[in-house]
Amino acid sequence: MSDSAALPSATTLADAPAPVFDRGYRYRHALESILVPALALVLAAAGFALFLICLGQSPLDFVDLVWRGAFGSAFSIQNTLLKASPLLLTALCVALPAQLGLVIIGGEGAVVLGGLAAAAIAPPLAGIPPLLLQVLMMIAGMSAGAVWIGFAGWLRAKRGINETISSLLLAYIAIALFNHIVEGPLRDPASLNKPSTADIGAGNMFGYLPGTDVHPGLIFGIIACIAFYILIFKTSFGFGCRVTGGSLRAAQLQGLPVTRLIIIACALGGACAGLAGMVEVAAVQGRANASLAAGYGYAGILIAFLARQNPLAIIPMAVVLGGLTASGGLIQRRMDLPDATVLVLQGMIFVAILASETFYGRFAWFQPRRAP
Amino acid sequence: MSRRFTASRRELLLGAGSAAALVGTSGHMAFAKGPVTIGFIYVGTKDDYGYNQAHAEGAAAIKGMKGIKVVEEEKVPETLDVEKTMESMMALDGATLLFPTSFGYFDPFMLNEAKKHTDVQFRHCGGLWDKSKHPMNAGSYFGYIGQGQYLNGVVAGHMTKSKKLGFVAAKPIPQVLININSFTLGARSVDPSITVQVIFTGDWSMPVKEAEATNSLIDAGADVITCHVDGPKVVVETTERRGAFTCGYHANQQKLAPKGYLTGAEWNWATVYKMFADKALKGETMPNFVRGGLADNFVKMSPYGPAVSDAAKKNADSVKAEMVKGGYAVFKGPLKDNKGKEVIAADKAYPETAIELESMNYLVEGVIGNLA
Repeated sequence: MSDSAALPSATTLADAPAPVFDRGYRYRHALESILVPALALVLAAAGFALFLICLGQSPLDFVDLVWRGAFGSAFSIQNTLLKASPLLLTALCVALPAQLGLVIIGGEGAVVLGGLAAAAIAPPLAGIPPLLLQVLMMIAGMSAGAVWIGFAGWLRAKRGINETISSLLLAYIAIALFNHIVEGPLRDPASLNKPSTADIGAGNMFGYLPGTDVHPGLIFGIIACIAFYILIFKTSFGFGCRVTGGSLRAAQLQGLPVTRLIIIACALGGACAGLAGMVEVAAVQGRANASLAAGYGYAGILIAFLARQNPLAIIPMAVVLGGLTASGGLIQRRMDLPDATVLVLQGMIFVAILASETFYGRFAWFQPRRAP
Repeated sequence: MSRRFTASRRELLLGAGSAAALVGTSGHMAFAKGPVTIGFIYVGTKDDYGYNQAHAEGAAAIKGMKGIKVVEEEKVPETLDVEKTMESMMALDGATLLFPTSFGYFDPFMLNEAKKHTDVQFRHCGGLWDKSKHPMNAGSYFGYIGQGQYLNGVVAGHMTKSKKLGFVAAKPIPQVLININSFTLGARSVDPSITVQVIFTGDWSMPVKEAEATNSLIDAGADVITCHVDGPKVVVETTERRGAFTCGYHANQQKLAPKGYLTGAEWNWATVYKMFADKALKGETMPNFVRGGLADNFVKMSPYGPAVSDAAKKNADSVKAEMVKGGYAVFKGPLKDNKGKEVIAADKAYPETAIELESMNYLVEGVIGNLA
């Protein structure tokens, strides 16, 4: 990877062991990784406020509506969490390969194929206990996603094909394949004007978490984020991945199984996106149809970059973005602004956060200090 | 106002034919207090020159009504997002009548919400509501726009010089096939040697493919193009640039093709929305199932463009007058599909209301193209 310097994985190498006498470094370093994105958010907000003023709208009204639409009530919070749940999983599809310096942007393909695999195995297995069926559907969905993104990883490792391009093109192929199967071999003949696979059955659907409107996809997402944080930062597998991300040559010289690491990390990411598709089928749609391609795979890219590819940071970032999307509707209705307004804000945040990368390590105060 | 509907309501009020007349009316009586808030939800943008714009124009028509407040949200995907939008409109805006306009909003999303909120009325665009299965506070409305495509075909049949017409279609589903076949039958009623070449793009909104399809149809000799995709903008603009004629669909696209626009099949949702808004204001029972065509003003034709010949206008106007009288059968036997198989027997004739048309799975003779 020629541009690996731009990837956050490179910065993880920079957290080289701090000199023992500088006990404050650890905290200053943590503070740096909070303050820099916070500054970026403030700049993006300022830019967006200017944009709103140009449109003749009040930025304060906007903030008020975002708050009310995203976090202001129990309903809003649940709405935000629901919007965040598929994004937790699809962001992992970007963040895991990113540890090795790979930029995978084709998670959407894994989402639709994961959903399709899950929806496809349900009708033939009708009659087995729902819990067992759900587990099998999860396995099917995760496998489909793992194979798809794992293939992009294989192409990278074995054939030197740029994984960004190949994963994106594979996503288009996946969606075309998905449409073909849903409208052809697996089409439920009763779905006349909206081709869909057969219903998985109401009894086989996930319920809601007790006392809420939130489905278990949120729990899966949070567990996955924590589990992969541990995998990446606390295991030798994760260390191998990060070394590879820092320098492929160095990893090879160390005798790390680079090819295997690349394929496994991609497959794990794909499995997460596949699980997102399965949840969409088992908790929301009840069948596979074109609504599965709702853009979760692409939104995941944004979140992974906002989280600087840190699996744990994905959780708050997904909630922030979920909240923005959740409040989008209220903003449309109350301020009479088009849907694209929230996209403008998202774009500004994205650019600001990416540009803020340049501030890391620029301020001496945050750096390790030498012995006096 | 639909004459068909008025009759059935009168029957109900008179208490005559109670069981039969109850099909199509809700048992729920909502007496309005203060302004009535009506929510509209669109899958695309409100200014897409197509499906969503047609609905937004209908919504705009009731905005000025006294005692009516309209709230709108655009670009809402066919996922849990639409349920949350409906809930938000009910909880935060106090909406008591909702129109989720996209086909995929119905099952499971609108049905879920209708079961949860029995004091709110839900009406969905499409023909999916079924009294035996679905809640009584839900319902469907739809228009027979195939009539408009037949008239498009008549005008196109007069205007074509190459005797080749082109149709850019999204998916081979019954609603689209009715339009392709109606357009073809209309054109061939003028000259039986006319053929219509159809290209399916595979999805509702594929601007690049729509442009490619339009170009290749014109390259193949077609000199009048029409379409059935969500937003006809790209097809209409491309056709105008190539100097060919267009027949519009969904909404009026005259502005996009001032020279080549002939006429167009448009929805006239204002009729439907005004009727429902009126009932909401008076606190009257709302019908569950409403359908209508040209005669009921559910569908209208764009004004003729400058290029249309007098002969074409005269022919189309006289067919339209027949259609408005009612009972005009576009599909009548003997009718063969484009593989030579008889699809409608010699003694059969199906007017637009015929249930047989709703599962259409063929392309009539004269269409060049394949299903699947």
